[in-house]
Amino acid sequence: MAEVIRFDRVSKRYPPGLDALSDVSFEVAEREMVLVSGHSGAGKSTLLKLIAAVEKSTGGAVLVGGQNVGGLARSTLPYFRRRIGMVFQDQKLLFDRNVFENVLLPLSITGFSPKEAAQRVRAALDKVGLASREKALPVMLSGGEQQRLAIARAVVGRPNLLLADEPTAHLDADTAADVARIFHEFNHVGVTVLIATYAGELFPGARRLRLDHGKLLP
Amino acid sequence: MMVWLDQHRAAARLAMRRLSAAPLNSLLYLLAIGVALALPAGGQMLLANALSLAGATSAAPQISIFMASGADRGMAAEIESRLKKRSDVKRIQFLPREETLARMKTSPGLREVIEALPANPFPDAFVLTAADERPEVMEQLAVEFRQWPRVEHVQLDSAWVRRLDALLKLGRTAVLVLGALLSAGLIAISFSIIRMQVLTHRTEIEVSRLLGATDSFIRRPFLYYGLLLGLGGGIVAWLVVGAAALWLRAPLGELVRLYDLTLVLQSLDARDSALLLAFAAGLGWLGALISLRQHLRQN
Repeated sequence: MAEVIRFDRVSKRYPPGLDALSDVSFEVAEREMVLVSGHSGAGKSTLLKLIAAVEKSTGGAVLVGGQNVGGLARSTLPYFRRRIGMVFQDQKLLFDRNVFENVLLPLSITGFSPKEAAQRVRAALDKVGLASREKALPVMLSGGEQQRLAIARAVVGRPNLLLADEPTAHLDADTAADVARIFHEFNHVGVTVLIATYAGELFPGARRLRLDHGKLLP
Repeated sequence: MMVWLDQHRAAARLAMRRLSAAPLNSLLYLLAIGVALALPAGGQMLLANALSLAGATSAAPQISIFMASGADRGMAAEIESRLKKRSDVKRIQFLPREETLARMKTSPGLREVIEALPANPFPDAFVLTAADERPEVMEQLAVEFRQWPRVEHVQLDSAWVRRLDALLKLGRTAVLVLGALLSAGLIAISFSIIRMQVLTHRTEIEVSRLLGATDSFIRRPFLYYGLLLGLGGGIVAWLVVGAAALWLRAPLGELVRLYDLTLVLQSLDARDSALLLAFAAGLGWLGALISLRQHLRQN
């Protein structure tokens, strides 16, 4: 299968000299589900940020879809990010917009017609079980619902790569299992999924990458 | 094209929503911008009225030729014929002494004085306008006419026109300077308001960027916000100027009547109103653009 992500001896050092990642190399194939695990501060979030071009590596090369992410110009960065779905650790929901409008945002950015965007938003909300809550504000949702809303927003643009940073953190066991099921469903329909998580048991069958103090364990 | 229009429509709607989300704040912003704009707009209104008043009182400089008191009508006809032959004289009006006397008798307070006189004290006169109205040319003509026989006095009426012109120039400059200063102030107000808006919506900006928004997509609702603020401020200014015109109409009309003139103070005409609104909207937009450019460059 084709390679979607390739880390080639990647390092990331934050000033004044903190190594978040050191000499990390791995590949992720198309349609694969990969878990990145490790203790807090191991470098999981940094790794995801490098893939999404939120941060730049200080050494090595990060390739996504064969494209060197570190070499992306500021003007091409938005178009690159549109191909990736991201679920953030802190969800980054817009609390002054309702559920529908939160999910609509990526499609508005891409430039979908209002009619097609509305269809896609409803399909995404249906997929994560929030079809009946589209008018609700995020503050009216439970923690699990907020997480599902974040997933709906990440997948509404139908990306071929889905990144998630601790998507089951702070959720009770049942809700976490429910959220994990959603990721499995997306992976089954062909989406490459990379999840940074400490709860590996929720994702059986996924390949694991273990990080420890910024280094990839064998 | 449709996508572009849809995105603009959505950005404009979002800007409207943000404006209406904090009605009191928005109202105060509009008042601040409106009052700042009302000053140069009001100045422009007064200037336009002064110009129309100057036009109505014949702004063209004139030369008055007064015949000697003993000159008969034949001599006046001779002068008239000489004047008519000249290409540098555009228009000639003959004022017979009887007509002058009759007109003066209608002036309040003069009737009794004139009737007490044994004879008509006014001479025949000519009022003429020159083809070339430059002051130096007019002056030269006056000097020449003074040499003509039976001409008692030649009066050049360009001095007051020059004074009026200088006053209007001063007024125009004052409006321009005031306009420029307050425009800069308006840009600064818009800049600060948009900066606060950016800080309020920084999460949204961050999320939009992570989801692949371009700078222009992020800028758009803020630019509309600035544009709407400016436009709203322009409307407030237009209303203030209109109300001031209404309020000043009666006392100003009374004042100019004392100078034997008529003036109905007009508010800004359609062209000036459209200019005011477009200018205000443009300044609001510009303030927002500068504010956004700075923010996006820093982040």
